[in-house]
Amino acid sequence: YIYVALFWMLLLLGFCCGMVFGDQNRSDPHDQRVFPVLSINYDYVQMPFEVSLWILLASLMKLGFHLLPVLSGVVPESCLLIVVGLLVGGLIRVMGKNPPVLDSQLFFLCLLPPIILDAGYFLPIRPFTENAGTILTFAVLGTLWNVFFMGAVLYGACRLEAGRLASVDLLSCLLFGSIVSAVDPVAVLAVFEEIHINELLHILVFGESLLNDAVTVVLYHLFEEFAHAGEVTVGDVFLGVVCFFVVALGGVLVGGVYGVLAAFTSRFTSHTRVIEPLFVFLYSYMAYLSAEVFHLSGIMALIACGVVMRPYVEANISHKSYTTIKYFLKMWSSVSETLIFIFLGVSTVAGPHAWNWTFVSITIVLCLLSRVLGVVGLTYIINKYRMVKLSGKDQFIVAYGGLRGAIAFSLAFLLSSDDFPMKDMFLTAIITVIFFTVFVQGMTIRPLVDLLAVKKRKQSKCSINEEIHTQFLEHLLAGIEGVCGHYGHHHWRHKLNRFNKRYIKRCLIGGERSQEPQLISFYNKMELKQALMLLESNSSANLSAGVTARSRKTLNISKEREEEIRKILRGNLQKTRQRLCSYSRHTLKPDAEDDDWSETRLRKQRVEMERRMSHFLTVPALPESPPARRARVESGEPLRSDQGSSLTAVFEL
Amino acid sequence: MGASQSGPVYMFQDLAQKTGFSIEQIKNLHNRFMYLTQDEDTLRRKHLENISNLALNPIRRQIIEAFFDKRNMGEKGKGCLQEIGFEEFVTVLSFFRPPKPRTADEDMKNIKKEKLRFLFNMHDTDNDGIITLDEYRRVVEELLSSYETIGAETAKAISDAAMLEVASVTVGQMGPDEFYEGITFEQFMQILKDVEIETKMNIHFWNLDTRTMQCGK
Repeated sequence: YIYVALFWMLLLLGFCCGMVFGDQNRSDPHDQRVFPVLSINYDYVQMPFEVSLWILLASLMKLGFHLLPVLSGVVPESCLLIVVGLLVGGLIRVMGKNPPVLDSQLFFLCLLPPIILDAGYFLPIRPFTENAGTILTFAVLGTLWNVFFMGAVLYGACRLEAGRLASVDLLSCLLFGSIVSAVDPVAVLAVFEEIHINELLHILVFGESLLNDAVTVVLYHLFEEFAHAGEVTVGDVFLGVVCFFVVALGGVLVGGVYGVLAAFTSRFTSHTRVIEPLFVFLYSYMAYLSAEVFHLSGIMALIACGVVMRPYVEANISHKSYTTIKYFLKMWSSVSETLIFIFLGVSTVAGPHAWNWTFVSITIVLCLLSRVLGVVGLTYIINKYRMVKLSGKDQFIVAYGGLRGAIAFSLAFLLSSDDFPMKDMFLTAIITVIFFTVFVQGMTIRPLVDLLAVKKRKQSKCSINEEIHTQFLEHLLAGIEGVCGHYGHHHWRHKLNRFNKRYIKRCLIGGERSQEPQLISFYNKMELKQALMLLESNSSANLSAGVTARSRKTLNISKEREEEIRKILRGNLQKTRQRLCSYSRHTLKPDAEDDDWSETRLRKQRVEMERRMSHFLTVPALPESPPARRARVESGEPLRSDQGSSLTAVFEL
Repeated sequence: MGASQSGPVYMFQDLAQKTGFSIEQIKNLHNRFMYLTQDEDTLRRKHLENISNLALNPIRRQIIEAFFDKRNMGEKGKGCLQEIGFEEFVTVLSFFRPPKPRTADEDMKNIKKEKLRFLFNMHDTDNDGIITLDEYRRVVEELLSSYETIGAETAKAISDAAMLEVASVTVGQMGPDEFYEGITFEQFMQILKDVEIETKMNIHFWNLDTRTMQCGK
């Protein structure tokens, strides 16, 4: 491991040299001109070169951490990345240059959207809607409480302190409060991703961090305007409240519109499968940018877009596009996150600092205090309306998981120095708070979770029984609510589902997939997964081991049948390897043989399943039916047509 | 109205103690019961079938049957009743009461077992203690019945796959001549142990639609 560490140090050094000397390369002025066989022209590629270098550094860092499992088990990745950023910043400074600061425009327009889109697209809808009330309460009321509590107490402290803090007025304190109290989705994701707590707590903290963006945006602009204008009237405050609703609902509306557009577009992409993922990304990014144009909440727009378009797009696009989207989103968001934390470290070294012990220490204490008070107070009210009450342990995790991150830093950086002469002090305080929450809270949350024995996330098996019963429960609960006359959660969800099925799905999903119930798609997906697993494991041509290990011992298949199947598999496998697919940039050739091969394979699997079932499952009454079924299977009767059609639908390429 | 309340009040208190609802909730449920039965004393199937909300529910037949199933009434009996009184109504609904906040783990396990038992009884229509392949097939068919284009074949395929999964998970190894009879209650509990029934199978019991009967509906 020492070699690995040495390697990274050398890499860092080399990287910093590249950054430093890159600027100093200028082509020679008109001297005695010999024909330049080899010349350096760094200016030409400077921008993309530096960007690529940074991204490369980030990715290599990520790689490095996972080679050192000891370290990544104790310290969350975000901490390590900040440390790396500090190192890089330090090295650059040592070499005499000023390290680059995290440019707010770069952050908000390039680094943040991938993370939010990834979060929104894969947002687990069911727990989110079930806890929507709680999440909204925490996001809106919790953040408001934090802002005003912090602002007021800070102002009082500044008054008492006198000296350098005397110039800080109430508005500045409130603005500072609004910047620093918002829980940051990037930091929360980075830390919570590694501790695997149960779904409920995860969605509570994470949902809150996403939705409080609307509040933060409104308050930030509000206080900034007030500071600029100088006069605050009651009418202005009232307008602020109206602004909040406009920002939040407007953002959601913009996102929804773009989501519907994306879903509608995806209906017609059956002939141009290659560019399908691009539509998803572009429409979402446009939603974000459009929302930002009007100062609406870009984050909420992005989330709304992802949530709205996902079910329809997934029904329309091919399997390969789905995989592409998934992996691209994960890749971009991962790189973004890494870059953000590294830049945070670098900016710490770079930025102008004005350290004030009182201010910083009070800020940290207040952050913790207001968060705890807010969570406890709100939970007391919320528990009156919740079915599953939040226990003390849950409240502790929610309070402790309120991490601050790069959004706070970037917002502070955007402040103009004229209106806010104490901007440097603010920046220093915010960075300290961020470091404190990420390092201290981030590192200790994992042992605390284990100590308090908080329920962890269950491994989700792909179980058709659970799916059947989840759906059954939904209908059952909707029915019981109907009997009781209670128009509750299930009733409205039932109505929404019906509306969705009857009108929306017909518009946005092309072809026969629009009529497919969720259970069928789930079942098809499961079959596909099993078939793919079998395909992968069958390259060693061992059939009985591949077929679901659970029933391995109980497989009772005739020897010649097995040999036959193995021969077919081997033959097809060779055929695939020999064929060199030429591909053009416009289409992925639909691989017709692939289609038939996998369909045949699935058919064989079906035959196997039939065989197994005829052994296990009682067919009631008639004694001659089991042998009759066996006979039918032996003769290799072609499968029923509609199953075949559903299979081909799944295998569209 | 005042004098005639003393009788029902005692009944309500008894019921509240037995089922765990609060007096307020029992009163609301009583009003709802009166509304459903149009002020008669007993609830019949046709009263439940008249509820418009249930009409579009794919599993309404099973929901209605569950109210008249003797196994849900706490006695050891089997079979179904033709009509039920308010007490049975509340007993069935108590299966959906959310557990109180400070319930011990042991009690939670019992509550989960009771709710799972309720679900099991809904599937096991012939009361023999086992969910056979046919019964399970019927469950899946009903779930898919609201989609007209799905044939019985697909429902069969899904229920077969599900039964196979249960067999693999719970029984594992079987000889070549053994048959898998059906899902027993223990196996049912085992396959659904990860679906947190005790937190999911609940509804809120306030805001009940208890308006008195107007002419028409």
